Amino acid sequence: MSEAISISVTVNGQQLERSVEPRTLLSDFLRYELHLTGTHVGCEHGVCGACTVLVSGEAVRSCLMFAVQAAGKEILTVEGLSGSDGTLHPLQAAFREAHGLQCGFCTPGFLMTLLPFLSENPAPSESAIRKAISGNLCRCTGYQNIVEAAKIAAERVGG
Amino acid sequence: MARRYFGERVRRNEDARLLTGRALFVDDVHLADMLHVAFLRSDFAHARVTAVDATAARSRPGIVAVFTAEDLGSFWQPGPLLVPPPPIEGLVFNPATQVPLARDKVRHVGEPIAMVVAESRYLAEDALSDIVVDLEPLDAVVHLEAALAADAPLVHEELGSNLAAHVIQRKGDYQRARDEADLVLARRLHYDRGASAAIETRGIVAYWDRRAEELTLWDTTQAPIPIRNGLARMLGLLESQVRVVAPFVGGGFGPKIMMFYPEEMLLPWASIRLGRPLKWIEDRQESFYGTTQERGQVHDAEIAVSKDGRILGVRDVFLHDTGAYDPYGLTVPINSQCTLLGPYRVPAYDSEFRAVFTNKPTVTPVRGAGRQHGVFVMERLLDLAAKGLAIDRTEIRKINYLSPEEFPHDHEILFQDSAPLVYDSGNYHPIIEKAEELVGYRQFLDADQPRHRAAGHCVGLGIVSYVEGTGIGPYEGARVTVEPSGQVRVATGVGTQGQGHFTVFAQIVADVLGVDVEEVHVITGDTREFHWGTGTFASRGVVVAGSACYEAAKRVRSKIVELASATLEVAPHDVELSEGRAHAKGAPSRGIDLGELAVRANPLRGAVRPGTEPGLEATAYFGPDRGSTAAGVHAMIVEVDPETAMVEIKRYVVVHDCGKVINPLLVEAQVQGGVAHGIGNAFYEQLVFDDSGQLLNASFMDYLLPTATDVPSVEMGHLETPSPLNPLGVKGVGEAGAIPTGAVFAQAVEDALHDYDLEILEMPLSPNRLFQLMGESTRGKRPTNGGAG
Repeated sequence: MSEAISISVTVNGQQLERSVEPRTLLSDFLRYELHLTGTHVGCEHGVCGACTVLVSGEAVRSCLMFAVQAAGKEILTVEGLSGSDGTLHPLQAAFREAHGLQCGFCTPGFLMTLLPFLSENPAPSESAIRKAISGNLCRCTGYQNIVEAAKIAAERVGG
Repeated sequence: MARRYFGERVRRNEDARLLTGRALFVDDVHLADMLHVAFLRSDFAHARVTAVDATAARSRPGIVAVFTAEDLGSFWQPGPLLVPPPPIEGLVFNPATQVPLARDKVRHVGEPIAMVVAESRYLAEDALSDIVVDLEPLDAVVHLEAALAADAPLVHEELGSNLAAHVIQRKGDYQRARDEADLVLARRLHYDRGASAAIETRGIVAYWDRRAEELTLWDTTQAPIPIRNGLARMLGLLESQVRVVAPFVGGGFGPKIMMFYPEEMLLPWASIRLGRPLKWIEDRQESFYGTTQERGQVHDAEIAVSKDGRILGVRDVFLHDTGAYDPYGLTVPINSQCTLLGPYRVPAYDSEFRAVFTNKPTVTPVRGAGRQHGVFVMERLLDLAAKGLAIDRTEIRKINYLSPEEFPHDHEILFQDSAPLVYDSGNYHPIIEKAEELVGYRQFLDADQPRHRAAGHCVGLGIVSYVEGTGIGPYEGARVTVEPSGQVRVATGVGTQGQGHFTVFAQIVADVLGVDVEEVHVITGDTREFHWGTGTFASRGVVVAGSACYEAAKRVRSKIVELASATLEVAPHDVELSEGRAHAKGAPSRGIDLGELAVRANPLRGAVRPGTEPGLEATAYFGPDRGSTAAGVHAMIVEVDPETAMVEIKRYVVVHDCGKVINPLLVEAQVQGGVAHGIGNAFYEQLVFDDSGQLLNASFMDYLLPTATDVPSVEMGHLETPSPLNPLGVKGVGEAGAIPTGAVFAQAVEDALHDYDLEILEMPLSPNRLFQLMGESTRGKRPTNGGAG
């Protein structure tokens, strides 16, 4: 086992110093070191997208990245979306309104995938939305209401 | 008038927790001193275990324990038989249930052989490679048809054959029907395995608190109460010493109700032994062979029809793949047997099946639970009959539908719940008529399709019917309590995996008590809160537990009315409940908050009158005599690219009747999700086993789930034929979307590839398989297409 390495990361606006084993996945680091369990792990081989978080503003699969690779970077997880008073982010509110979630396990990954997509594509077409989320798997919803949620969010935020 | 929530598109109470990442899933449970578990699993489908040596693994740093079958002592027992077979005359059933850790033999790839407990999951997985296992490979039983051959290798030697069950159910005289028929058609039809593929894999946290002498298990189960009861028995504890919590569960779809998975037996045992909390989270690869699967069947089916299209009889002889063990009894093949009859009048039915053991993961229900096969066989036979008799596809179905006055309709065979297969209610003609209208059936056949064909496009339509037996017993219960704050608490035993129980049950209770739906807090899946009931399966949550919530709420309402009547000095029938208050009819100001009444119902001084109970609380149970039968029609339009055999779904229409609808938003979403699952099962998902029983596509890279670009937006229509079997008039809907998808897909693709004259008699298809079928077609000719070729 190799020695732990000290890293400094900013997670949801908070700067943290931690020491991690080099082989620790970013997903495990977030979930078990920082107890940010909103980031879910569905496949651990980069297909399902449930573990998507933003690293320096880009959506990445935290199961395909080591925590040490995030050193010096800024990370946003689903816990960082809503306001400190618990107010839902407009994208989260849109998911509730459109019933864009059932079991809710894949949902954080969809939210974190859509967040940068909608900021880059403020008025996306339906097919663009579908392409944008085609790397995230959901077994419950059949996707339709996730697409609807994205449309609602785009109307409110983008435009 | 109080606001009524029944029938409204109420947004979900549970969403805020799920959207912010605060909801608790099993893998989110974190306890001090927690250890982590990994399992060494068999790489072979069938082998004798000659030696297991864990010495090296045990001496690795960070490893706390390694357990093999030998270490389990008297705890090593085969698991219980979960569902005993129904009392069908002449039925043969050979039970062989799974064991906690393989001892003498492994019977499928992925069967656990050893359990490693370590300070971290990383360390536990490292140690797996230190365990030395000597396996002597045996020939594997993989193909259904070969399983019963005289020289087949035996999955369970002690049984003398691979026969797990043999069941015959008959009604009427099929031979006579056959003799009288104008047309008899026989075909062999195949349905193969898929994975349930919930995005959350299975997981367990077990914690034995030695001071409290209490075991707590957080488990991704659909049936926390039976798990508690079974564990208490296995571990020699009182039921009250075991608490099972199914917190938020990331999709169930059936396999999360297998009792008991080896891991569910082992973690509690090991936690007691080690005195520390243990966690095991299944990884995706393990899930592909450690979690149960469904759908291998081969049917030899025959239909006898009159020249005017009436079904005179059906004969079906099929093989059902039960995998390496059969703990779930005969639920799946009996569902196939019963659901085949569909919405039709079938005077003579002769159905026989053999369930066989194979060296593949165990089969238990997956969304649809065998109903798919029955629907596929019947709908395909009807399509062939329609073609043979030159009758329109929808017409032949209408000719054979049961009419509304024929209900309740007794099919004279037994269903999976051991009750007679009696449909409670139904009205089928309006369903297909609405589907025809929505999909534009005549317009498509008369105008659109000829135009597409003339342009060289392979566009086709499918339209099929199904019924689904839902909401079976035995019972569920609920406790409703008005708290001093005025908030209402509802506790019920069924676990929840995304169906929206926190909202639907709240709607039911809010209407009865006249409170805001967001003031009703539902607690499900925690045996400490409620410990009577069975679980979430067979599309029964709302039907059975929902009805129990309703009955309990009505009792609380009576208590409220009685107390309010005395407090407000108005006659009981003049008490109204609305906006969280009890008040005199027509005089909202003359009233009292429910919370205040709750305080008065539980006084600290004074006397409670004899015969009354403290508090505004009541518990009620509901058990239907039998299931309620939902029905529907699916229609789809597809375009097939003859160069690539890729199928594009242009439109998908579902008209369904699940009785009274409590929340259309949630019902539509269940259907949409079910259709997506069905599309996966029809065209993308197949578990591919080689001849040695090795699973070749155990990852999401190789096993394709449909994505947002594959699943269309489903257009829906609702009809409501209330069930007379429960006070709400509801029927289940959870599985409906997934059931007829294979049948409608096959018909639509055949229709699109009209020139090839295909008969699609197998599921799932894939672009590869369809391309192959097109190539094999005797009439195979590519439509002329402008500049192509």
